[in-house]
Amino acid sequence: MSENINYLTTIGLEVHVQLKTKTKIFCGCSVDSESEPNTNVCPVCLGYPGALPALNETVVKYGIMTGLMIGSKINRYSKFDRKSYFYPDMSKNFQTSQFDLPICEGGSIDIELEDGTRKSIGITRIHLEENAAKNFHLVKMSGVDFNRAGTPLIEVVTEPEIESPEEAYAFLQAIRQIVVYTGVSDCNLELGQLRCDVNCSVRPEGQVKLGERTEMKNLNTFKGIYNALQYEIERQKDVLRSGGTVSQETRRWDPDAGITTVMRTKEDAHDYRYLPEPDLMPMVFDDEYLEELRSSLPELPAKRRERFVVAYSLPAYDAGVLVAEKPIADYFEAAAKLSKNPKLVSNYMMTEMLRILSETEKDISEVTMTPEALAKLSNLVDAKTINSNTAKKVFDILFNEGGDPEKIVNENGWAQVSDTGAIEGFVDEAIAANPKSVEDYKAGKVAAIKFLVGQVMRFSKGKANPQLAESLLLEKLQ
Amino acid sequence: MFDIKNLDITGALVLLDSGEITSVGLTQALIDLIKAEDSKYNAYLTLDEEYALAQAAGADAKRAAGETGKLLGIPVAIKDVLNVEGQVCTCGSKILEGYVSPYDATAIAKLRAAGAIFLGRTNMDEFAMGSTTENSAFQVTKNPCNTDYVPGGSSGGSAAAVGAGLAIAALGTDTGGSIRQPACFCGCVGLKPSYGRVSRFGLTAYCSSFDQAGPMTKTVKDAALLLEVMAGVDEYDASSAPVDVPEYTKHLTGDLTGMTIGIPKEYFIDGIDPEVSRTVKAAIDKCAELGAEIKDISLPLTDYAIATYYIIATAEASTNLARFDGVRYGARAEGATDPIDLYKKTKAAGFGEEVKRRIILGTYVLSSGYYDAYYGSAQKARTLIMQEFDKAFEDCDAMITPISPVPGYKIGENENDPLKMYLGDIFTVTANLAGICGLSVPYGKKDDLSIGVQILGPAFKEENILKIGDALERK
Amino acid sequence: MSEEKHNGIDVAYVANLARMSLTEYEIEKFQSQLDQIVGYVEKIGELDLDGVEPSSRMRSLNNVYRKDELRDSLSHDKAMANAPEELNGLFKVPKIVE
Repeated sequence: MSENINYLTTIGLEVHVQLKTKTKIFCGCSVDSESEPNTNVCPVCLGYPGALPALNETVVKYGIMTGLMIGSKINRYSKFDRKSYFYPDMSKNFQTSQFDLPICEGGSIDIELEDGTRKSIGITRIHLEENAAKNFHLVKMSGVDFNRAGTPLIEVVTEPEIESPEEAYAFLQAIRQIVVYTGVSDCNLELGQLRCDVNCSVRPEGQVKLGERTEMKNLNTFKGIYNALQYEIERQKDVLRSGGTVSQETRRWDPDAGITTVMRTKEDAHDYRYLPEPDLMPMVFDDEYLEELRSSLPELPAKRRERFVVAYSLPAYDAGVLVAEKPIADYFEAAAKLSKNPKLVSNYMMTEMLRILSETEKDISEVTMTPEALAKLSNLVDAKTINSNTAKKVFDILFNEGGDPEKIVNENGWAQVSDTGAIEGFVDEAIAANPKSVEDYKAGKVAAIKFLVGQVMRFSKGKANPQLAESLLLEKLQ
Repeated sequence: MFDIKNLDITGALVLLDSGEITSVGLTQALIDLIKAEDSKYNAYLTLDEEYALAQAAGADAKRAAGETGKLLGIPVAIKDVLNVEGQVCTCGSKILEGYVSPYDATAIAKLRAAGAIFLGRTNMDEFAMGSTTENSAFQVTKNPCNTDYVPGGSSGGSAAAVGAGLAIAALGTDTGGSIRQPACFCGCVGLKPSYGRVSRFGLTAYCSSFDQAGPMTKTVKDAALLLEVMAGVDEYDASSAPVDVPEYTKHLTGDLTGMTIGIPKEYFIDGIDPEVSRTVKAAIDKCAELGAEIKDISLPLTDYAIATYYIIATAEASTNLARFDGVRYGARAEGATDPIDLYKKTKAAGFGEEVKRRIILGTYVLSSGYYDAYYGSAQKARTLIMQEFDKAFEDCDAMITPISPVPGYKIGENENDPLKMYLGDIFTVTANLAGICGLSVPYGKKDDLSIGVQILGPAFKEENILKIGDALERK
Repeated sequence: MSEEKHNGIDVAYVANLARMSLTEYEIEKFQSQLDQIVGYVEKIGELDLDGVEPSSRMRSLNNVYRKDELRDSLSHDKAMANAPEELNGLFKVPKIVE
């Protein structure tokens, strides 16, 4: 009987995102993650006696910008706190973080599932904090590299409103897109620039009170989080189905075995003993400052996609592809604004630009072709000055060498012939040279006309406007 | 020859400028004196002869080249809690044995830039926790006025060195009276600057929101001179105040006309040694004679100061001292099986009793379920105390009070009664709670023990208290 | 002694929070001393603190920031010079068991 019970899942995420600064949050050491161990360290990030934190203003700015992007309330008065936590990766044995007055509270992030379902996930808070050092686990001992200690993080905490691993996955994609878009993080997963603590619980349908939850810490791939959640949710359901109870505990995800195991039980939970950080002064934000940051924000990707659909008459799918990365979207929009046919620009972006970029492993910022050139190219096609085959050739030249498309077309004599008189000559030549096809057409083989158009193109050396050629042929063969 | 034991900064600069002595000669003479006599007092933990003599030679060369500096060639003793690049900094604790600092504290860097020489490190209560210097892990410092007595603390080494003439001047730090009280006991001048006046960068933290480094000298003028050099905003210390640094020495006129001095009645309670009371009253009379108006005032919250102070100080200390774990620097216990075990053993072996006691008290007042009753309430009490002082200073330019209820403690006297020791800080902790400045100036004696008076001033009004202290000194 | 009221400080428990071992002798000694001290500091409970803003630091400076500009780090040798134990450029610690 109990196997018929339906279970509801509740998931909350704490997402740690490393901000894109030159230096650490409290000292002038580099955040470069590729350096030799313990070379980007100083008395501050090593927690030396007497060293004091000095707050990086860019970290504060980026924290607020993220909050503004997702509609958070920015706390006009915010402060740092010491969170006591003894661990070798914490150089002071407390983490300088934010407790009761985080920089942002509230807000939401919209997600879209593969089946097109949309949902808004509430955000509880965003706070600023320092990253921990990196532990290396050897056979009989461990070693600590403090290069990462003190690199700046925001922690984004969601409301427990995520209801499936799929939603969690979509949320992570959405938040990554937003922070990358805003320019506050590169969110490079391989470099550990996004890490996530995951809480989840299940409860029988109809029960209002949430089930007992477990936590998995420090997951750093989207796929890992998805798999861990799938496993953990099923595990919890099994426990409940067999009449057991889920206990509140921290579990470890083992990606190789594909299972979660107990790491810490509630009994040895920490007493963080938060203390308002006496070494850092409070942050107070006025309207002017917030307005200045607000005006510097980019459009949210989801909003931009909707706008592209309307403003440039793009299919939703195309708009989604174009807005996925801000530099691509910016490039497209710069060209689209100058073009008489934005849809054409979109086509060149989707079919040519993105393909070549991925083949050549180039970034759009390295491309020599300007958005103006792309716009002109689209206008040439739109005006039927060149046909689509010629346009591809021009695109390749522009991509590799840059330059002005009109000039390229003129110098190569690629402009298509749209003069009826000139094309008529080629049409007559084609009819004269292919009596068999003419017969076929007259006998009802409609496809023969395509062959004849091809012949016109051949005689014109590709310059004839194919639509015009076809019209003339049809007229003459009537 | 010169009388090195009574030489102050001002006098030494005259001799150096006239060419009568060199900095190398002066430094060497001090080193010789310390070697000959410090075994009586144990004021210094370490002497760094080579370092100091090299600095002195550099200062002499600069002087010969026509360069100047407010402290060019002057040796200064440093409390072992301030980081000097290339020197040890034990904070009086075994847990920092072997630690060599890779950087200068900002106050040290400023002294260095002014030409000062760092010849040695003075003893202190471990991590500045104590009022007798008996909590040093290394040695018991004796009061040069009477070696059966403690020098006070926690800056007892600096006070004894200056008091015994084994230092021309020294730096101390003051979290709850640690400059003023030992200066009082050892017969020297001690200045606790306003919170934020001197950068704390490089001062090993005990209580971050109270700690201040300051001068311990033979004269008020020397204290003014050192403060001029040390003070000022520092980009490495967010709590350092962007307030201009006056030329304090120019305020020392000897004339107190126009000044109003408040006498808080709560600082003259039963149980104060009569000789202490008499000394303070004499100082008040002298100020009146020099033109100051004397006014009775009241600071009713004084009774809550010790409780408030010990909750906040230990709470912050429990987090500040968490970092001493044997991983990145300092001593480390043997035989640990995992990192937490390493911390437990390292702290057990490295910290002394008073430090352990305060870490436990501080951890307790922050712990779940107790925060509001203790730390939360103490933060609010601090607000009230700050407001009370702000209000009181609307009616006066400074206050005069005793520093310690008694003229001294015998060595070993308070070994097993920490609460009694804490209560002895009653007249000094208020300045730290309120963030104001305080000066200790010797003004009397009981037998061979020295008695000082405390002059308190509003935040960033060091010139007020230096002016009064200097006037008293001229008696 | 005026105890009873404060049901108190458990020295052994708090020492564990502070990750500091104490000997039996220390626990016993500190327990009685700290009972007395905690009893004393409870005095602040007498104050009327309703509506009073807490001060966790001194005078009100706000928005004290540093520019996001690189500063010299310690050289690797200097950073490791104080390490009690080093292993191949890392600070060596006993095996971390999560």
